[in-house]
Amino acid sequence: MSFELAPFATLTALREALCAKHVSAAELARFYLRRIAADEANCFITLCEEQAQAQARQADAEIARNGQRDLLGLPIAHKDVFCTNGVRTTCASKMLANFVAPYDAAVVANLKAAGAITLGKTNMDEFAMGSSNETSHFGAVANPWDAKRVPGGSSGGAAAAVAAGLAPAATGTDTGGSIRQPAAFCGVSGLKPTYGRVSRFGLVAFASSLDQGGPIARSAADLRLMLRYMEGHDRRDSTSACAVATPAEGVPEALTIGIPTQYWANLNADIAAALEAAATLLERLGHRRQEITLPHTEFAIPAYYVISAAEASTNLSRYDGVRYGHRAAEPASLDDLYSRSRSEGFGAEVKRRILTGTYTLSVGYYEAYYKKAQRLRRLIRQDFLDAFQNVDLILTPATPTPAFERGQHREPTTMYKQDVFTIPASLAGLPALAVPCGFAGHLPVGMQLIGPHFAEDRLLTLAETFQRETDWHLRTP
Amino acid sequence: MDQHWESVIGLEVHVQLKTRSKIFSGAATDFGAAPNAQACGVDIALPGVLPVLNAAVVRMAVLFGLAVQGRIAKRCRFDRKNYFYPDLPKGYQISQLDEPIVSGGHLDIGTEDGARRRIDLTRAHLEEDAGKSLHEAYEGYTGIDLNRAGTPLLEIVSEPQLRTPAEAARYFRTLHALVRYLDICDGDLSQGSMRCDANVSIRRPGDEFGERTEIKNLNSFRFLEKAVRFEIARQIDILEAGARVERETLLYDAERDETRPMRGKELSDDYRYFPDPDLLPVEVTEAMLEEARCAMPELPATKRRRYADELGLADYDAGWLVADPDVAAYFEDVAAASGLPKAAANWVMGEVAAAQRQDGTDAAHIPVPAAQLGRLLQRIADQTISGKIAKTLFELLWKEGGDVDSLIERRGLKQMSDADELAAVVAQVLASHPAQVDQYRAGRTKVLGFFVGQVMKETRGKANPRQVNQLLRDALA
Repeated sequence: MSFELAPFATLTALREALCAKHVSAAELARFYLRRIAADEANCFITLCEEQAQAQARQADAEIARNGQRDLLGLPIAHKDVFCTNGVRTTCASKMLANFVAPYDAAVVANLKAAGAITLGKTNMDEFAMGSSNETSHFGAVANPWDAKRVPGGSSGGAAAAVAAGLAPAATGTDTGGSIRQPAAFCGVSGLKPTYGRVSRFGLVAFASSLDQGGPIARSAADLRLMLRYMEGHDRRDSTSACAVATPAEGVPEALTIGIPTQYWANLNADIAAALEAAATLLERLGHRRQEITLPHTEFAIPAYYVISAAEASTNLSRYDGVRYGHRAAEPASLDDLYSRSRSEGFGAEVKRRILTGTYTLSVGYYEAYYKKAQRLRRLIRQDFLDAFQNVDLILTPATPTPAFERGQHREPTTMYKQDVFTIPASLAGLPALAVPCGFAGHLPVGMQLIGPHFAEDRLLTLAETFQRETDWHLRTP
Repeated sequence: MDQHWESVIGLEVHVQLKTRSKIFSGAATDFGAAPNAQACGVDIALPGVLPVLNAAVVRMAVLFGLAVQGRIAKRCRFDRKNYFYPDLPKGYQISQLDEPIVSGGHLDIGTEDGARRRIDLTRAHLEEDAGKSLHEAYEGYTGIDLNRAGTPLLEIVSEPQLRTPAEAARYFRTLHALVRYLDICDGDLSQGSMRCDANVSIRRPGDEFGERTEIKNLNSFRFLEKAVRFEIARQIDILEAGARVERETLLYDAERDETRPMRGKELSDDYRYFPDPDLLPVEVTEAMLEEARCAMPELPATKRRRYADELGLADYDAGWLVADPDVAAYFEDVAAASGLPKAAANWVMGEVAAAQRQDGTDAAHIPVPAAQLGRLLQRIADQTISGKIAKTLFELLWKEGGDVDSLIERRGLKQMSDADELAAVVAQVLASHPAQVDQYRAGRTKVLGFFVGQVMKETRGKANPRQVNQLLRDALA
């Protein structure tokens, strides 16, 4: 047999190897499970060893019968924010450290139905609140490119796992950049779909109007493959879009790519250079570049932190120690049960956001904060809609800096600024992806492509073209 | 009540909508199931679950809105009302704050002097019910039953236009009849299907509104009336003693017939309302309005006018009959079967109602089919049986069932109208009671009743009383 198991193979390559019977699903699962067991970066919270092996045996039996399911036998990892039937779902919080959901999230069920095998649940910022994976109750995750540095967040474990060759692909969620930023920090590809494209059913809520599941993988082609089995209308999610099955739209040969001037101010020099090179390459491939302006960009971060904290403050009210999750020992009263269960169960960042959100929704502050933030959100969205009158896509850096060191951003607001380039598209509900486009020293740099609503195909096609011409995505730590 | 004080009463009535499943989940809404047997993942607020609006509740709210001639919002939304309580699993109740589905409208109620009075409605909005806390059953613990959590409610708010406890009770009754006619609520007060909160204040006539108190959770017409009466008296005592009424929430203790301040539950200074991001705005289309108009049954006010105008019933009788849709339906069937609406009204209000009271039978379960009662009325009208025999026969029909005509035949209940036969009996009775005959002839004509009784006894009640009277007078003349 000529095939050799390689940790950095793409899903597409693994699928061919499985079909050609160069490798069995059981061998694949074992290979990755062994790598995960040896992982020192803390990418996983829970390993699904037995379940994965059982699924792999079934997949092999099906392959032997010429089973055709698209993801049959392919091992993947789920961010620990997706509920998995019978396997604990912690959201990296002490609050849910022992919580086992009795059902599968829509994303988990869809991928399972396509034949994918679940290796385990990846580490993340607690309740997806963070940009560095440092807020996890289960400990920080190391960036595979530099163990002193963070992998980004909140889907830090997922991005690091794919970058480190612990899984060929993983699910993530993105509220303000939680897929794109860690993908950029770890040198892998990540897609945040249009809000409503992927069902939120079973995704433990952080900020309902922003949360969106999406894939992290080693190539744009793999993102496309994953998305096909993550997306779809789901009547259990009222915000799920009805017609999401966008067939390849036949992307025009020459695209007009918008470059928003606001995103270039004070940019890290290495990132600016990598972006400039990427833009030049795209021009050489026949696309046109056009400077655009998104005038309300500067309001994106404050608007985002008001809205997301407001939603989070009530989404997290259900964790009260009454029905499941962490419960304070021997409560003296009902109020004591609530306040101690929540004080003990939530970490500092989660508490900060609950308090912020509670404050901004309070009588007397609602108009000044929440309502105003919603107005800004509409303006930011309108900026994009106006821009897309003239351009097909928008190219921006994914992050203002490469991966920073653990403990570097102790001040919450400097941490919040990490998401400056990813938040605007989140507020507008737009699809956006991050793919590697160079290096800043030894650290990967990512670029972000933002498209009009439901234009995932256009984004992916351009990213695929870019990855045929470059090898940034093939680099490994 | 003291003439120098005027009371101001406004009611908030929670109507439990008669749907098969809950407002935001697929769990059943049946009453009386084992605790928590009817609570699904959404109802217990597992992490990751999402609400999905039950379309039936919108249909019901629209029907109500049309019936009270309110404004139906073309677009309305749901808000989160945030507070902590163990029987509120999400930590918030989904309700409607700024954009209720129905605004305005009115309800016409009867007054003590038989006139009609129009009470304006402020609004009617949709919301979910909470679960139940069971404080008594567990020593040192509180049991939580979430079967009721998520049960759909239509909260109907009146303007503070009610002026007496009796008027408040009549408004509640009128609303009760209306929602039963609309078939949007089973109207079972004992099971909590309609619960009422009363806002009560007093003032000198012509003054501004006084400070109000709110009496929560009144679940019977009588308790509402008594609680409001007690509360008005209490407020008068306070003001006349020179003190101030405190704004507070009260509970009514039926056993002691008094109101008491409520502790703990559902009290918050700030519910931090904001639009629920998990639910889309509700659109009420012209087609939905048209569908509701087509489904609109004849309402009590219209029915009442028809009974008076077309069937010639007295206004009081018409009002009595329409108060309960099942009674009205039964009456209409009996009237149609007999062709004798007045007799039908008398019997339904008399014999039928008495039998119902005796057996505790509700109008939906009257054991005598309307067709049989109709036949009975016809047999009285055509003098086949006497009124007295008819009552006996009705008792028989109530207890044992059967067919009117065959019972008359089999039991020989047919009225004796043969003049010769009756004359013979009359002659015999007079012959056996010479002393009474003498009394009669001496002018004590009351004795006639005694003779009628004797004839009836002889004929086992079958004699036609009018004929007997005539024959006796003739014989004694």
